[in-house]
Amino acid sequence: MTQLDTVAHAAETPDTEQPFRELGLKDDEYARIREILGRRPTDAELAMYSVMWSEHCSYKSSKVHWKHWSANTTPEMKAKMLAGIGENAGVVDIGDGWAATFKLESHNHPSYVEPYQGAATGVGGIVRDIMAMGARPLAVMDPLRFGAADHPDTRRVLPGVVAGVGGYGNCLGLPNIGGEVVFDPSYQGNPLVNALCVGAMRAEDLHLAHASGTGNKVILFGARTGLDGIGGVSVLASDTFSGDEGGSGRKKLPSVQVGDPFTEKVLIECCLELFAEKIVVGIQDLGGAGLSCATSELASAGDGGMRVELDKVPLRAKGMTPAEVLSSESQERMCAVVRPSDVDAFMAVCRKWDVIATEIGEVTEGDRLVITWHGETVVDVPPRTVAHEGPMYERPIARPADQDALIADTPDGLTRPRGEEELAATLMRMVASPNLASRRWVTQQYDRYVRGGTVLAQPSDTGMIRIDEETGRGVALATDCNARFVKLDPYQGTQLALAEAYRNVAVSGATPLAVTNCLNFGSPEDPGVMWQFEQAVRGLAEGCKELGIPVTGGNVSFYNQTGTTAILPTPVVGVLGVIDDVRDRVPTGLGAGQTLLLLGETHDEFGGSEWANVVHGHLGGTPPKVDLAREKLLAEVLAEGARSGLLAAAHDLSDGGLAQALVEACLLGDVGASVTLADDQDAFVQLFSESAGRVLVAVPRPEEMRFTELCAARGLPWRKTGTVDDESDALEIAGVGAFALADLRAAWEGTLPALFD
Amino acid sequence: MKVGVITFPGTLDDVDAQRAVRYADAEAVALWHGDTDLRGVDAVIVPGGFSYGDYLRCGAIARFAPVMQPVVDAARKGMPVLGICNGFQILCEAGLLPGALTRNSSLHFVCRDQWLRVENTETPWTTRYEEGAEIMVPLKSGEGGYRAQKSTVDELEGEGRVVFRYAGGNPNGSVNDIAGVCSANGRVVGLMPHPEHAIDALTGPTDHGLAMFKSLVESVVAA
Repeated sequence: MTQLDTVAHAAETPDTEQPFRELGLKDDEYARIREILGRRPTDAELAMYSVMWSEHCSYKSSKVHWKHWSANTTPEMKAKMLAGIGENAGVVDIGDGWAATFKLESHNHPSYVEPYQGAATGVGGIVRDIMAMGARPLAVMDPLRFGAADHPDTRRVLPGVVAGVGGYGNCLGLPNIGGEVVFDPSYQGNPLVNALCVGAMRAEDLHLAHASGTGNKVILFGARTGLDGIGGVSVLASDTFSGDEGGSGRKKLPSVQVGDPFTEKVLIECCLELFAEKIVVGIQDLGGAGLSCATSELASAGDGGMRVELDKVPLRAKGMTPAEVLSSESQERMCAVVRPSDVDAFMAVCRKWDVIATEIGEVTEGDRLVITWHGETVVDVPPRTVAHEGPMYERPIARPADQDALIADTPDGLTRPRGEEELAATLMRMVASPNLASRRWVTQQYDRYVRGGTVLAQPSDTGMIRIDEETGRGVALATDCNARFVKLDPYQGTQLALAEAYRNVAVSGATPLAVTNCLNFGSPEDPGVMWQFEQAVRGLAEGCKELGIPVTGGNVSFYNQTGTTAILPTPVVGVLGVIDDVRDRVPTGLGAGQTLLLLGETHDEFGGSEWANVVHGHLGGTPPKVDLAREKLLAEVLAEGARSGLLAAAHDLSDGGLAQALVEACLLGDVGASVTLADDQDAFVQLFSESAGRVLVAVPRPEEMRFTELCAARGLPWRKTGTVDDESDALEIAGVGAFALADLRAAWEGTLPALFD
Repeated sequence: MKVGVITFPGTLDDVDAQRAVRYADAEAVALWHGDTDLRGVDAVIVPGGFSYGDYLRCGAIARFAPVMQPVVDAARKGMPVLGICNGFQILCEAGLLPGALTRNSSLHFVCRDQWLRVENTETPWTTRYEEGAEIMVPLKSGEGGYRAQKSTVDELEGEGRVVFRYAGGNPNGSVNDIAGVCSANGRVVGLMPHPEHAIDALTGPTDHGLAMFKSLVESVVAA
């Protein structure tokens, strides 16, 4: 083996060539590292900087736009937040001393390479983020996007991703309560696998990732560290240790991490017991960038330095170099800072759960992160320069040259169905189309019942979890993004995503409270993509200000493109709401004795609509108008209706418009309905327009007057649309046709099994 | 009246089983896989999950946990024992119930609201049901296909030891639509579906599962 690249050795050999470009660092970034250290970095330092200064960890292209979050967060919005952007996950006060924490994250690229493990470890990673806040993880959701439903490669990627999400989440014991499945050819070579986790804790139990208190011990616990997920850092091994690849088989390991949900389940219970014993000063999960990230972030956020004896890390591969140990993304690991007097108690809890725990270092005076390998110093850096003071770029921004042409290509000239027969045929075709068809094939592979707190789950508009069994306090969550709208107008399209997620939470009877996001875009080096990104961030930040709900955190995923073709810009927005008593929740399915009302207004809006997509393969024009004041009013009326028992069911109108909402509400309630359209507006527009700010509600017949008076008093437009007919086994729409529930169900539920079974 | 609920590493539905016991007005006692006695409980539930990550074979490692010896001894003396999902698999591996659970015929994990027909109302876990009653409870498993030698299946059918049968479609390829069976003395019952997830229509599809836990309380009190 060649000489260990120690700090002393690096100082003596300033001219050694280093493979920084292969590790993704630019020439000026490498020069800056040399300037910070006053010498060349060691291999281990280079590994740390390169991975921590990557786009994924440093947010170097997006950070400059975060000013929009702070500029649009009012003191009232801030007051609800117990922890915000920059922590592992945002935390909000949900009342009665409870706090909820939630976050969305992407695992896009690994999931294309290895769908099962990519998706599985995406779930694992987001769950550890929630644990790192001191919370018990309660549920997960997965917004997923794939290429064309009938493309052969989608048959490879989708079943693998779904099995991975299910395989990990089911074994971990967290209910999967919702998410999205969207098909679009732009995701063909770049599927989006986003994962959300929500957790809860007593507000006083909040833990932050700080390493403070000189002399406190740093303990690594969970799985052993191996060669999986080392990714780019393997170039260091091959360069430095050329000819030393035999024996350990390092070259044969995949760069996608491999998950073990059983270990993670045990780790969750172990962590919660540690939190309950109050013997954790600071805690950090190990995700992207592994120990490089955990040690530098803990030290950077604390009030001292840190010393780590890297050779103490329990390994599962032979011959690992310090750089590999620091960069490994082996799953199911956590790092805690513990007072010396609590170390024995900490170890006892880990022993009870058969969790490997090792003291690997301690918090020191000063401000250096020093890492040794068998007594020799291999890293000696200011941790802030690794974790928080990475490069920041103001990337060029330019509105794409073809944006005007896209907007000018309106859907107005597309042939619309006329007459009963054509309208009926369109409805049946839409119901069975891949983006509108039932997601049951996917969601029935996910456990939605475990832990007994699930009040609403797919196919409801929102997922709802009971948090307090005594009082019934709970949270509701929805994630949404119509990327076609965002493509046409990134600012307004992102506000439409926010509006839809907000509305989905509101239809369940909950009050929207806070926002997270996962911003999936193409290359930040493309000025057109950066324009989309900047517009989206500004749209979301300003939209949240108007709604009065803070952005508590999020994730950016760039470079989602194949060649030079970017995905549709996809800023997935997650909204969390709170409900005082989950017994007041409003289901999606209809029931006997109900009157149907349509809240909101319908306009002739088909730009980016699912109808234009399915029937004409068309994307152009402008998306529907967004009116956030109206969304807010709608949410208030829905919350009041739910609390007063005036709402029997409610379903958001979005993709596919009123027709789709009616079909789903009937099928989920397994009842027929008779519907009358207004005679002052075109039937096609009423059925298929995707105007925002609309909800189909079902009101118990005796409460009809009270509810419509509530709407009138608040100035919310409403229209009586029909009645539920539980004697009927059809959805009858006057002037369009009678659709037997059995036919609708066969069309709606048949699509995904036909594609993927 | 105390009902023990065992937690192995990887057990997931222990909190649900404990809640179901409480809803039936009994005391739930947490039993740890490393326990060597049953803490004076009157009955034991082996709940669902992925004990030991389902490594090797579902339930194959859990049967060797220290707590299983007193469970087997007590069951042989007539203590009521219920195995749900992974718990059913563990009881089969431990030899308390015949047969084995295999990969679903669809090869996918299946989570759905499942209709069951109650075929034996004499076990301590089913006295509150009427024979032939149809109940809906969640089924959620990847390896729920019940299999046994033909002679064993004939014996189970002949002795009325099929306690639950899938109705409205066989979800996993189980022989004779078998969803749950009992021991020869009727005291040990195992089933793949999850009655503990159907104790309140707020959080489950129905409350049809609660009667199992109420049956137990009545049976033990009456004994």
